[in-house]
Amino acid sequence: MAAQTAIEAQGLSKEFRLGLSHQGYGTLRDSLVGGVKRVGSKLVGRGDQVEFDYLKALDDVSFKIENGEAVGLIGHNGAGKSTLLKLLSRIIEPSGGWADVTGRVGSLLEVGTGFHPELTGRENVFLNGAILGMRRAEIRSRFDEIVAFADVERFLDTPVKRYSSGMSVRLAFAVAAHLEPEILLVDEVLAVGDAAFQRKSLAKMGEVAKAGSTVIFVSHNLATIQALCRRGILLERGQVIADAPVQEAVDQYLRKLERAANDDLLTREDRHGWKETLVKRLYIQDLATGHEDVVIGGRPAKIVVEFTELLPMMECELTILNSLGHPITTLDSQLSSVADERDPELGTRIECEVPSLPLIPGRYRIDVNLKGRQEVQDLLQAATFFDVEPGVIDGRPMPAVGADGDTVFAQRWLLPPR
Amino acid sequence: MPELTTTEKPVAAGAEVDYHDSREAVTVRLEKTRGFSRVLSPRELWLYRDLALQIALRDIVLRYRQTALGAAWAILQPVALMIVFALFFGRVAGVSSDGLPYALFALVALVPWSFFSSSLLLGSESLVLHTELVSKIYFPRIFMPMGVIAAGFVDLGISLVIMIAVVLIYGIVPGIGILMLPVLILMAAAAALGVAALLSAVNVRYRDVRYVVPFAVQMWLFITPIAYPSSLIGQPWRTLSAINPMVGVVEGFRWAVLNTSTVPWAQMGVSAVSAIALLLLGLAYFDRVERSFADVI
Repeated sequence: MAAQTAIEAQGLSKEFRLGLSHQGYGTLRDSLVGGVKRVGSKLVGRGDQVEFDYLKALDDVSFKIENGEAVGLIGHNGAGKSTLLKLLSRIIEPSGGWADVTGRVGSLLEVGTGFHPELTGRENVFLNGAILGMRRAEIRSRFDEIVAFADVERFLDTPVKRYSSGMSVRLAFAVAAHLEPEILLVDEVLAVGDAAFQRKSLAKMGEVAKAGSTVIFVSHNLATIQALCRRGILLERGQVIADAPVQEAVDQYLRKLERAANDDLLTREDRHGWKETLVKRLYIQDLATGHEDVVIGGRPAKIVVEFTELLPMMECELTILNSLGHPITTLDSQLSSVADERDPELGTRIECEVPSLPLIPGRYRIDVNLKGRQEVQDLLQAATFFDVEPGVIDGRPMPAVGADGDTVFAQRWLLPPR
Repeated sequence: MPELTTTEKPVAAGAEVDYHDSREAVTVRLEKTRGFSRVLSPRELWLYRDLALQIALRDIVLRYRQTALGAAWAILQPVALMIVFALFFGRVAGVSSDGLPYALFALVALVPWSFFSSSLLLGSESLVLHTELVSKIYFPRIFMPMGVIAAGFVDLGISLVIMIAVVLIYGIVPGIGILMLPVLILMAAAAALGVAALLSAVNVRYRDVRYVVPFAVQMWLFITPIAYPSSLIGQPWRTLSAINPMVGVVEGFRWAVLNTSTVPWAQMGVSAVSAIALLLLGLAYFDRVERSFADVI
């Protein structure tokens, strides 16, 4: 069977104008004033001054994807992954270059897009199916399957606004999963629902890929990408910097992440939030040895976040991820305990102490979400990497490197006599 | 595994072509477009026809869900306005109603007007109310204002029935002119879609529209001969005023339903041309800016 090309992109570029559209909605007045200014500066003879900054979200991206390939898009936040998916699903137009797309495209950029809270489950299935590109007859023939997959039979005629969030996500995913497109574009949708449903969704994605559909998949979870895709495209600042077998692309991404964590964090641009205060430095310290970024499992450690400005209502969320980018746990200061302290002497830093670090030996990374004034101020992935050395937990040796799982905790066994 | 033959699938003549195949067969080139492209492409609209239907159904269902009075609102608005107009313009100010009972004179004009004004009010918000759809899914965006107009037809249908009933109660039997009603309704719909498409598109970029529309609709109400007959205006202005397409629609409605003696051919003609012009203008503008909706919404 001659492989056919599903997607071919040549020199694909997308620029966004910063300014107007990013500072909230434009008003007619702004634009009139802007227009007058432009005309004015031309009359005065200052010529064509650039008034707006342009952000190159995608810059000369070329690739070719054959029918039936499963490709993972990897990259930092803001590397251009979502922009690429939006371009391929025709939501936005490229500013340069072209892409030829052959086949029916189904895009899942967000589960439940177009679900209307006032409509019933049944009505939403039809509306959402149509939005995703299904024919009415097609939806009708798969209706029972969809409902069974989502497990919401009893609530079909209830408005979706009375659903629990889990239920509506399940129903939304079920509709999407039964779309059977030839090209499926998926963006992070698996990050929703409970673990069991995530597994079910993942299996369904695998099925779609195996059934011969072309899949382009964006996720921060590298393990998922590796499980689903054979090929990885690594994007950075809108450019393709690697297009290789998935393992290679993931490795390259991880090396990039580590290098970025070693750089001065203030030079990083892949951050989100209000940015009134920025994470300057983040490290984990073994409280016994005083070593930074190398800690021994089972011993007390503290994670220190240093930032630039002190704001009211500061909170911090630290997510610890394993080397494949799979999140292990989130430490959240907002889930406060009486043991927490607010110290006026602390200055521009936040500390999180862990009495006994329950991680097995290996390499880990920390993502940080710094909050202040009740807003997300600085969201930074891979703020630091650290190694856990083998240690003991509650007097018991830890599993070795390569053991299943990432964590270990204190335990006591009851056994028959030897 | 069966071979994938996506591009050439023989289709027996006369057999119903499966929808998917019709979309599979093509390679879509995505690139920067200029000028007119999508909305006025009948092929694209046809491919997405089921979505158009679902959006219209959504708008119809949602219009009165969780309202106590439901579809009664369709007629309550024109009737309430009729009462106010009859009291203040008819009784107090003594505005002429061309010899017809004033309440009837106003009601027959208010029915198409309500359709038109609610189409503008809801249509201009149709895109910005569904930001998540516009920024996450591709589909011909014109379906959003179209859905509003489609839902408006349901309201219009209900109020037409009640209007005819009231007319009959007053002892007036519509003449042959009533056959013109569908044409007049189409005129109103064309004008409404044109203006709603334009406003909804501008609204994506400039939320000023939100404040302008209610005000503009009120002004429009008063420049349309609803509370007064257009016979108050001297020629040639009477005919020229029909550049406002609702002039022809309203006067046409009165003639068609109330069986008045003079047929407002000139006004209906001018309004028909102007309604079509508005429709084309609105669609053309919509089409030109549609490609940037997801960037700026």
